[in-house]
Amino acid sequence: MVEFGGWDMPVEYSGIVQEHLAVRTAGGLFDVSHMGQIEIAGKDALKAVQHITSNDAGKLADMQIQYSALTTPEGTFVDDVLTYRLNGEHFMLVVNASNIMKDFNWIARNIAGIGDAVAVNTSSRYGLIAIQGPVAQHVLQSLTGVDLSAIKYYWFTTGEVANVRVTISRTGYTGEDGFEVFVPPASAERVWDALLAAGRPHGVIPAGLGARDTLRLEAGMRLYGNDMDETTTVVEADLGWIVGWKKDAFLGSDVLKKQKTEGASRKLVGFEMLDRAIGRHGYDVYVDGGKAGVVTSGTQTPFLKKGIGMAYLPADRSAAGTEFEIDIRGRRVKAKVVPMPFYKRGVRS
Amino acid sequence: MYPTDLKYTKDHEWVRVSGDQARVGITDYAQKQLGDVVYLELPEVGRTFNKGDVFGTIESVKAVSELYAPVAGEVIQVNSDLTQKPEFVNTDPHGSWMVVLKVSSAGEANELLDAAAYTDLTK
Repeated sequence: MVEFGGWDMPVEYSGIVQEHLAVRTAGGLFDVSHMGQIEIAGKDALKAVQHITSNDAGKLADMQIQYSALTTPEGTFVDDVLTYRLNGEHFMLVVNASNIMKDFNWIARNIAGIGDAVAVNTSSRYGLIAIQGPVAQHVLQSLTGVDLSAIKYYWFTTGEVANVRVTISRTGYTGEDGFEVFVPPASAERVWDALLAAGRPHGVIPAGLGARDTLRLEAGMRLYGNDMDETTTVVEADLGWIVGWKKDAFLGSDVLKKQKTEGASRKLVGFEMLDRAIGRHGYDVYVDGGKAGVVTSGTQTPFLKKGIGMAYLPADRSAAGTEFEIDIRGRRVKAKVVPMPFYKRGVRS
Repeated sequence: MYPTDLKYTKDHEWVRVSGDQARVGITDYAQKQLGDVVYLELPEVGRTFNKGDVFGTIESVKAVSELYAPVAGEVIQVNSDLTQKPEFVNTDPHGSWMVVLKVSSAGEANELLDAAAYTDLTK
């Protein structure tokens, strides 16, 4: 167990590699109850959400979800979030565990001047269980009357799972198909046990933080605190696709638009190791012999079986195919910029 | 559970002493702590180390760890097969030797832990 954002979390149950491969080939069950929820409600809720987040929440229909950034006036990340639209006057942001209080205070302060909108930290009302992998739908379907095939990627609905009232969201942090189930904390264990019992015969095993990290990295998904934070902008993190370029001004929009037009000086890229080694978080990056950036995430991928990671590089040296070096404990090791994601699931019938 | 024909260190390495040679690997306890091992960096034959010196690194998916010379000596063999298949450290830790040292001070080997003392240490 490790301490993570104030929670005791298992890094691994049966082993990172085994758990990672189970999610890619069958299924994995994750307890992600540490994630936070902040709800914004009121007649001006949409206006409030639009002001504090980068993506265009105006494009969301009821029960639809989008990936977004909670931005500072400098266009950097307070956090990265999922925005759920329950209805036009009620939104829920799912935020990182270690940022819950920071986010809540930030949101409350920044929406104070916006008409009828109030933020409530509802994190303690939800446990969150993720079932991820090719068998996820089949396993979850056996425990619910909700027609899961009708829920599209990044949409959600409400219903019952194992006779517990829940919210079911077709989302995840693994690069596989799957669902995240919001449960009342008192019933979380019952839902977990039911999912595991139903999933075991199909190869579903419990998966910990370690596999969650290797899976999200293979899928090219960023991790707050590693790959971006309050010092890196949404454009630098190469997440321009979560910026609503056409929507009204929001916190940091002027900086982001300027960076988009003029170009940012650095960019987050994916890399793979050319030599046998792992470039890990915090290792220095060298281009043409000079220190030029830093590795933000790195691992040995259990599925692709090679060293991969993300790093900030000078924008003019960030094209795919560019070779650079990583200082691994005093040794310069070669790596190459590659497009992300490293892993993309195949289309399944 | 720890083989009685091996000696052990507080850094969770095992040592098989025979004559003036010491074969070195890491214990079952160590491999469980590390998890899935993916890389092993070992020294070249001919290098000499003092007791406690870092002679290599072992890297798992989740962490990097250093390997410490359990006794002083010169590297006379390196298990290059293991660097190609480092996952054997997980499946057969006490059979996965990393280096053989020519022990320079016979007395040091006597200071290593026996299986019972090491088992106590890991409790």
